[in-house]
Amino acid sequence: MNEQLVSMITQLVMEKMGNNASDKSSPDTAVPIEDQKETLIKFHDTVVNANYAADEVASPSTTEQSNEPLIKLYHTESSNHEQSYYSASNDESTYTSVPITAFKFEDDELSESVQAAKKHTPARIGVGRAGTRPRTKTWLKFRLDHAAAVDAVYGEVTEGLLQKLDVFQVTTRVTDKEEYITRPDLGRRLSEESKTLIQSKCQMNPKVQIIISNGLSASAIEENVQDVYLALQQSLRNLNIEIGTTFYIDKGRVALMDEIGELLQAEVIVYLIGERPGLVSAESMSAYICYQPRMGTVEADRMVISNIHKGGIPPLEAGAYLGTVVQKILHYKASGVGLVAKEG
Amino acid sequence: MNLSVIFGGEKYNFKSLKDVMAKANEEKSGDQLAGIAAESVQQRIAAKAVLSELLVKDIREHPLVPSENDEVSRIIEGDINEQIYGEIKNWSIEQLREYILSNETGDRELKRLSKGMNSEIIAAVTKLMSNLDLVHAANKVEILSTCNITIGQKGTLSSRLQPNHPTDNIDGIIASLKEGLSYGIGDAVIGINPVDDSVESVKKVLHATKEFINDWSIPTQNCVLAHITTQMKAIKQGAPADMIFQSIAGTEIANRSFGISADLIREAEELVKKHGTGTGPNLFYFETGQGSELSAEAHMGIDQVTLESRNYGFARHFNPYIVNTVVGFIGPEYLYNNKQVIRAGLEDHFMGKMHGLPMGVDICYTNHIKADQNDIEDLSVLLTAAGVNFIIAAAMGDDVMLNYQSMSFHDVATLLQTFGKKPAPEYLAWLEKMGIYENGRLSARAGDLSIFER
Repeated sequence: MNEQLVSMITQLVMEKMGNNASDKSSPDTAVPIEDQKETLIKFHDTVVNANYAADEVASPSTTEQSNEPLIKLYHTESSNHEQSYYSASNDESTYTSVPITAFKFEDDELSESVQAAKKHTPARIGVGRAGTRPRTKTWLKFRLDHAAAVDAVYGEVTEGLLQKLDVFQVTTRVTDKEEYITRPDLGRRLSEESKTLIQSKCQMNPKVQIIISNGLSASAIEENVQDVYLALQQSLRNLNIEIGTTFYIDKGRVALMDEIGELLQAEVIVYLIGERPGLVSAESMSAYICYQPRMGTVEADRMVISNIHKGGIPPLEAGAYLGTVVQKILHYKASGVGLVAKEG
Repeated sequence: MNLSVIFGGEKYNFKSLKDVMAKANEEKSGDQLAGIAAESVQQRIAAKAVLSELLVKDIREHPLVPSENDEVSRIIEGDINEQIYGEIKNWSIEQLREYILSNETGDRELKRLSKGMNSEIIAAVTKLMSNLDLVHAANKVEILSTCNITIGQKGTLSSRLQPNHPTDNIDGIIASLKEGLSYGIGDAVIGINPVDDSVESVKKVLHATKEFINDWSIPTQNCVLAHITTQMKAIKQGAPADMIFQSIAGTEIANRSFGISADLIREAEELVKKHGTGTGPNLFYFETGQGSELSAEAHMGIDQVTLESRNYGFARHFNPYIVNTVVGFIGPEYLYNNKQVIRAGLEDHFMGKMHGLPMGVDICYTNHIKADQNDIEDLSVLLTAAGVNFIIAAAMGDDVMLNYQSMSFHDVATLLQTFGKKPAPEYLAWLEKMGIYENGRLSARAGDLSIFER
């Protein structure tokens, strides 16, 4: 892929955001730092992560240590969450005289080799053993992370984000969470009202139609979609590729892109969707791309860029990269296995 | 073919063989999603009763997917030994079950029986088996397979080391690889699922793993689990691959949705025989899993156990080195909870072994299914007792790329020690030479990745 182009666009977007950031922080506007973080696209996080990508992925434990003495499950957890977590573990108010301290997961000094190895991967390596079994703290950390991932499944994207993105919302035939996980067929179809809404609001026959859905993790969208969307738009504009009317889908499945492709007669669809939460990240987003998705499109014709999150593929780079993928798909008029075949 | 029964004072009529086969399944959310599951527990048992009295030939003579329409059916049909089929065609499924379980029937008899059964017959008898039946019967069979080394011997449990990384970072992959090796993992294969399915990326990971294997003279084999066409390109461009991987399904349409056909696999076979780095004769790695046909909307109204069995019928045609079901990965819409995952794991392993396959299992779960690590630990004990050829292991069971949980390096070592089993002999010899194993179990130094530093 065109790495130069990707880095050029990433740079461009970051510069733009850098300008915004300095505008906002000028004495005139005097926006408090906290608010600024809310209103701006997460510039700082992304820059840090762009560095990781050039070299290696940060070990989550490194991040934890810098945030001592709290257990940081996920970066987005507000201090309120942490507060409630600790108070929940406090058995009523009987023991109020005992200070509540954060549970320490790391107790041993790691050898140099292990420290060096852990820099390269978020995998749970260098953990030692008790006989053949995991150490107690390693086991508890694993169970805690799983518990957090289970609790992070689903969720709704906030109204505020949709406003920032300037997108309207549609629904599928799914009515609730339980139905979403047990009836994928319903998540692959639009509700009747939504079809009408899309037809009335969207540009027909778009070259590229971008759609967004919470899927199995709303926090994946909350965390990544702004950066990816911005970089993708910038990238497509630079390549002179016209974009249709973007919208958001509550509780969509991947193959829903087929019905939307059919409805709007889109040439390419880029579908940003929240992945099933994992232990390392509950905020991982995927981008599915397909050339002329229509009812009956086979899975092998879809392409996916997964693991878009802080510890994986940085959102800005992902957006820029997606633009170049779209360009290639339009050039060859094929995606997925079809594209591999045509590329020769 | 009698499809009705009076059972507990109630009359049950089943519409077709397809209907009986579906309703005789243990409860699965995927069959419910497809609208073909038993509507009551009693109806499920009635279906099992009807099925038990059908003859082996009833099932072969009423194909659920006619050969004219489906190449998977043609392959399965073409591989049946008519002589052996002739010996069993008038048996009822009840007799077939009791023959498999008989103390007079061992490894040799089951391997012979295997050649006379199509995948639907094997699925039918599976529906009459309890969980312990499935464990006990599968454990009778010993299936050996050879790529660079031979695995599958009785008394062994092999493992796939899965050092995945969220950005395919080579140093990250190697870090997890070292950790796994230090626990004695990886005799079946060192297999990486790439994030980036591009030829360049696949080549890079193949080269890095092969160099590491060569540097440390590890008696194992490598594999990068990209799409078959991507691996073929990588091999054509000189990348060192010991085998070729592909996910497969039980119908031609579902295979097409995966971008594969029997012809494509034959083409890959020619290529890997000539330009692969594996010795063979077994040079394929296939993955399967109940529900994939329904997920691809290519199930044709057939239940997921029967379709899964057809995966194995397709797989055995290509003499794979390893096959595993990824049970628990697909999601709660197909396998709802721990109970369904455990049942499916035992069914898949048994059906694979009855097809004569070197069967392994990725014992796993996702975070939106009603199961946790304790549940897959339970299944790992059952499958080790059932003589599973290999299981998959990631660091602490946490796959940081695919975002699901499988067995851990610790778990494999624990199962081996608890059951008194060993890794494959050639691999064990290497582990002892490296000081990772002593007296048949982990040494004091095991678990320290700095073993692999010079």
